[in-house]
Amino acid sequence: MTEQISSTEQKLIVEMRGIVKRFPGVLANDHVDFKLLHGEIHGLLGENGAGKSTLMNVLAGLYRQEAGTILVNGAPKIFSSPRDAINAGIGMVHQHFMLVPSQTVTENVLLGLDEPRFIMNLPEYDSKIAALGEEFGLKVDPRAKVWQLSVGEQQRVEILKMLYRGVDVLIMDEPTAVLAPQEIEGLFDTLRAMIAQGKSVIFISHKLQEVSAIADRVSVLRKGVATASGVASKGVSRQELARLMVGRDIIFALDKKHCQPGDVVLDVRDIYAENDKGLPALRGLSLNVRAGEIVGVAGVAGNGQSELSQVISGMRQCKQGQVLLGGDTVSNHSTLFGIQHGMAYVPEDRNHVGSAPNLSITDNIIMKKYRKSPILKNGLLDMKAATKLANELKQAYDIIVPNVSTRVRLLSGGNLQRVILAREISGLPSFMVAVQPTRGLDVGAIEGVHRLLLTQREAGAAVLLVSEELEELLSLCDRVYVIYEGKIMGEIMIKGEGQDEALVDTIGQMMTGTPLDQIQKEGVVANG
Amino acid sequence: MISELFTVTVLIGILASGIRLATPYLYASIGETFGQRSGVLNLGVEGQMLLGAFAAFYVALTTGSLWLGILAAMIVGALMGLIMAFVTVNLHAQQGISGIGFYLFGLGLSDLLFQKLMGTVETVKGFPPIKIPWFSSIPGVGEIFFSQNILVYGAYLLVPLAWFVLNKTTLGLKIRSVGENPDAADSLGVSVARIRYFTIILGGTLSGIAGASLSIALLNVFQQNMTSGLGFIAVALVYFGAWRPWGVLGGALLFSMVNSLQLWIQVLGIPIPSEIAVMMPYVLTILVLVITVSRVRAPSALTKPFERED
Repeated sequence: MTEQISSTEQKLIVEMRGIVKRFPGVLANDHVDFKLLHGEIHGLLGENGAGKSTLMNVLAGLYRQEAGTILVNGAPKIFSSPRDAINAGIGMVHQHFMLVPSQTVTENVLLGLDEPRFIMNLPEYDSKIAALGEEFGLKVDPRAKVWQLSVGEQQRVEILKMLYRGVDVLIMDEPTAVLAPQEIEGLFDTLRAMIAQGKSVIFISHKLQEVSAIADRVSVLRKGVATASGVASKGVSRQELARLMVGRDIIFALDKKHCQPGDVVLDVRDIYAENDKGLPALRGLSLNVRAGEIVGVAGVAGNGQSELSQVISGMRQCKQGQVLLGGDTVSNHSTLFGIQHGMAYVPEDRNHVGSAPNLSITDNIIMKKYRKSPILKNGLLDMKAATKLANELKQAYDIIVPNVSTRVRLLSGGNLQRVILAREISGLPSFMVAVQPTRGLDVGAIEGVHRLLLTQREAGAAVLLVSEELEELLSLCDRVYVIYEGKIMGEIMIKGEGQDEALVDTIGQMMTGTPLDQIQKEGVVANG
Repeated sequence: MISELFTVTVLIGILASGIRLATPYLYASIGETFGQRSGVLNLGVEGQMLLGAFAAFYVALTTGSLWLGILAAMIVGALMGLIMAFVTVNLHAQQGISGIGFYLFGLGLSDLLFQKLMGTVETVKGFPPIKIPWFSSIPGVGEIFFSQNILVYGAYLLVPLAWFVLNKTTLGLKIRSVGENPDAADSLGVSVARIRYFTIILGGTLSGIAGASLSIALLNVFQQNMTSGLGFIAVALVYFGAWRPWGVLGGALLFSMVNSLQLWIQVLGIPIPSEIAVMMPYVLTILVLVITVSRVRAPSALTKPFERED
């Protein structure tokens, strides 16, 4: 029934046939077909590395396909640059924004256009862009410099750039990854406004929930192959989509055992610290983590999470306050000092901070162990013992590589994260801070990381989990702190199964700067 | 003796020669500003100036035409720019190192050509002063500002022109974007390579004129290494001026005025060791750079070669 309606009323706007795109050693798209209907929001699902972005980069003119054809409104097109695609009415908002921070919104929108021809009269275009923003619910000051804008606003500028160019098809690559819950609603409203005006949207995501919420139809890619093309999102369950993405069933409910928290292991007391630009990043932040619990830090990116984890791990000095680990002050000491006191650290940037990309798995594994026997023997490294250890950990942590002398930069995100976790956990830490440990990982790898974190908790370690994924925090943590502009807005106990909508709403408000006690006070007033 | 510095005639002399001496800085620094705003550091300015100075002088000497001399300097500068552009844009060279290479090339080649073609120092009659009607008769001001030669006027006209192009035109927007975020420019169909070729060749052309302004408008001789570091100061002035034409003008005037002052100190025989006097502009360069550079932000993509991922 639905199929009939779409075939008669909605016509095809984009058709990709048999797209093949290869990267050195990877077949990113293997004869993929993709059809986009006029006036629909089309979800493109897949794990990281499934080839979603590659396929869309081909459609947006950034990559050239090795085989296959693209038809726009029935006519075959060859795109040799993004400009060609835009001229054909197809624009893309990339995951990493393509903006010039030192320039105004208007200048960013006008860049590369044929009109204005040479001399720019900015005020004239400011008002045009403001009007366009108004039309689609994209509130942003055209005269503001891009660096002054929040990430959400910058995303609006990217969308405006494409709308101003009159695109009919907008591709959004993982647009919600950088947004707070409230901003996501705003984005969805904009997308719906675009549909109402007869445009079409391709929404790339690896989050099932979002795709079912916004998309009319869904296509799924797995390892470069389309496993579903344009199924109506109403008629398909999350379980089915997940199976299409990863090729097996994913258990959503994690098996979280009951744990009785022990003594306080990590005690962060009223710390102040600056960011790399010398601006205040942490302003009187306190929290604690007890043995046998996972404590989450929720917040929109850039509110001091990175600085917090760096102060705890000893990579950043704090101006005031202190961090106690098992009763000893570890702040403003070396990272080695923290390690010797039982600290494990899974940093945000696994490619540069968490590992040395050009060194082997073995070298990366022994980085915290080379000072001691069995790796250190008579003042020299015992590479035989190191290789043995690496092989043991490869087995235990399910690191899928032919051998441990592989350079870690060749590993997938999930494998690399397992190498890092293997190194950190095998030191039997009493405390672990993990920052965005699952970012960019596919569903299967995320599940593995979650299991490892829970194992740590069951073994009696204290775990501090910094994440932007609310779902992840709610399913793993015993308590969650919400951080905003370097301060804790409040602490929430996570009771049990399921996500309470009111709880998510409360955390959302805290993430945008309302302290918990204020929310509760207002709640009491409203109820009374 | 110091009091001699403060007579009206001497002050007018200092200011007039200060205005004049800013000319080579302005051409070279404005050209360099375009390059750096597009993300390319050209440390070879000095070499381009030397070749420009020689080409202008030799052509003017042999043909008797100063304008042909300017044209020759522009062509030589543009050619140097073209090679520089190929090396930095296509070959992704380290700009700091390749720039030094271009400097040494210019230094050596201009010297070699001088030895082969001329051998001895000669002089030409350079561009004569042009008195702007009415304005030049204003006492003091007329002599300082309105009795200069054509290249001096040109240098000052270049400043608002450069400002306008950089800030009020789509070309300027492209240049600035390519220097700040070439990926963004590329994604909107701006050719990063074409823009950088344009700015580097423009910079080379203007450096050539800067050299010519020394050899056929200000000093009217050609000598080996006659720029003596002026091209490097021109690069420093771009930082000093925070990559803005008006800032560059301020810097150029500051240095040329100090330079003019030290020349007059020597002329008047004021008992300051001449070595110290000659050092003044250079010491000032270092001081000012230490103070200014930490608070302004360079174009983000400066010195970074651009390559599209694919």
